[in-house]
Amino acid sequence: MTQLLKRAYVVAILLMLLAPLVVVTGVSLNGPQTLRFPPVEPSLRWYGTLFQDSAWLVPLGHSLLIAACASALSVSIALPLALFAWERNGIAARVLTGLGLAPFTLPPVISALGFMVFWMTVGGYGQIWATIIAHAVFLVTLPLVTISLGLKGIDRSLLEAARVMGAGRWTVMRTVIGPLVLPFIVSGYAFAFVLSLNEYIIAYMVAGFTVETIPIKIFNALRYGYTPILGVVSVLFVLLAALVFGLIGRFGDLPRLMGSERGRSE
Amino acid sequence: MSDGAEMRATPGWVALWPALMLAIFFLVPFGIMLAVSVSHRDPAGAFIPGFELTHYARFLSAFFAKVMAVSVGVSVAAAAICVVLAFPFTVFLASMSHRTQTVALVVLLSVLSLSEVIIGFSLSTLLSKTAGISNLFYWLGLISEPQAYTPSLFALVTGLCYIGFPFAVLVLYPPVSRLDPEIVEAARVMGASASRAFFGVVVPNLRGAIVGAFILVFVFTLGSYLLPQLLGRSEDWTLSVHITDQAIYQTNLPFAAAMSIFLMLVALALVGLASLAGRQRRAA
Repeated sequence: MTQLLKRAYVVAILLMLLAPLVVVTGVSLNGPQTLRFPPVEPSLRWYGTLFQDSAWLVPLGHSLLIAACASALSVSIALPLALFAWERNGIAARVLTGLGLAPFTLPPVISALGFMVFWMTVGGYGQIWATIIAHAVFLVTLPLVTISLGLKGIDRSLLEAARVMGAGRWTVMRTVIGPLVLPFIVSGYAFAFVLSLNEYIIAYMVAGFTVETIPIKIFNALRYGYTPILGVVSVLFVLLAALVFGLIGRFGDLPRLMGSERGRSE
Repeated sequence: MSDGAEMRATPGWVALWPALMLAIFFLVPFGIMLAVSVSHRDPAGAFIPGFELTHYARFLSAFFAKVMAVSVGVSVAAAAICVVLAFPFTVFLASMSHRTQTVALVVLLSVLSLSEVIIGFSLSTLLSKTAGISNLFYWLGLISEPQAYTPSLFALVTGLCYIGFPFAVLVLYPPVSRLDPEIVEAARVMGASASRAFFGVVVPNLRGAIVGAFILVFVFTLGSYLLPQLLGRSEDWTLSVHITDQAIYQTNLPFAAAMSIFLMLVALALVGLASLAGRQRRAA
């Protein structure tokens, strides 16, 4: 009985979280340019419109390019940092880890303003690569956390064994550590990718007037009134996030990635 | 185990690249921001180097006091609601099967990663007159005609709870799932009711984690920038909104930088407090 109540509570909350998304999906199916729920004259018309309208395709291209490059750069910073801190406990390792965790922990508007004055000072304000670097540094926390978690799970005796068998540093890295942390690198990249795609304030303050991304485009469009196309974009972004996290959940161990120490076996 | 450098899998120089990147693109921007916060305002949009504390002195103004009161008020309310709802949710979830946990985590992560602008749009649609939840209430006969619940303080707090809830669950998830299920079982065997075991064993054991989660959710919602604009009225604007407003629309970069530094100190102090609260429990 109590088990049933617990289940009901969990399901009820999850449904509440999904409610606005259901309404938005409904709204995106409206035939005429109106936001009604349930939709009137349901059609997929606005989905077609999105992919023909350069006003939306250009920001979409920007968003994808920024997310793809920024997360790659993010991983390139996080991986050596995680490797360094993994085996060391000194002040350097702690300071670096702290620096890696800080950007994402602080309210994002702080980093946004910091990047804005930085790019205004050194040049690059309004450029797409400035946004890419800003996102990479801001999101470095995510791959850092996942990769560190992966490294923590490596059995040291494996490394010992490889060394005893005569493997050099590079061979150990390539044949033992690499394959073991690869899934964590991939999920770190995926997390950073989705977050970058959805990030607004940094993209806005670094290059908002010249490089429009999808979140910036949506916000600008909201000022000129609500159209079903906003619902369409929202639905696509929700599906993309669900797909990415669903894949991680399907092929990886999501509970463990989120910090549960009880493994999949239980 | 020996700690010789030759036993390590990676040479020390691997830290050079991350150290360089974080120093240039994270520490230097802060240095510049600090310098800007004491510089002279240039009404043309930039700033004139100098040293003055006038921008910090503005913290004593009634304007700033009101902004702080609104920011702290809505974030405390949202953080409290989130933690109260999220704690039992996380405890129940952690006792479920691996598959159920994975599905729930996918939903939570998807919501958490969604752009605030999408969440703001979704919620304002849900609370609107034409497509919103009031139509359901009207249909059920609870209200005499559909109405809009946004923009309002209520809509803003709802929005902050919406983004804060998944975050609260994910912060609580590691300590909750590490709690030994046997101690609850022991309490039950000794005759405690389910609710007694929950409030007498689970809650006290995780007090530090709960306090930590409350603070982290507070800082997280404090950073919300778009929801106050999309769901609140202009008097509900929070510090984050005012920082951007001053930087971009009021062309008062130094004041924006000063507010930013202030927000950072507050956030750092609170995050430090949260990790302290979490650690205390673990040590005990």
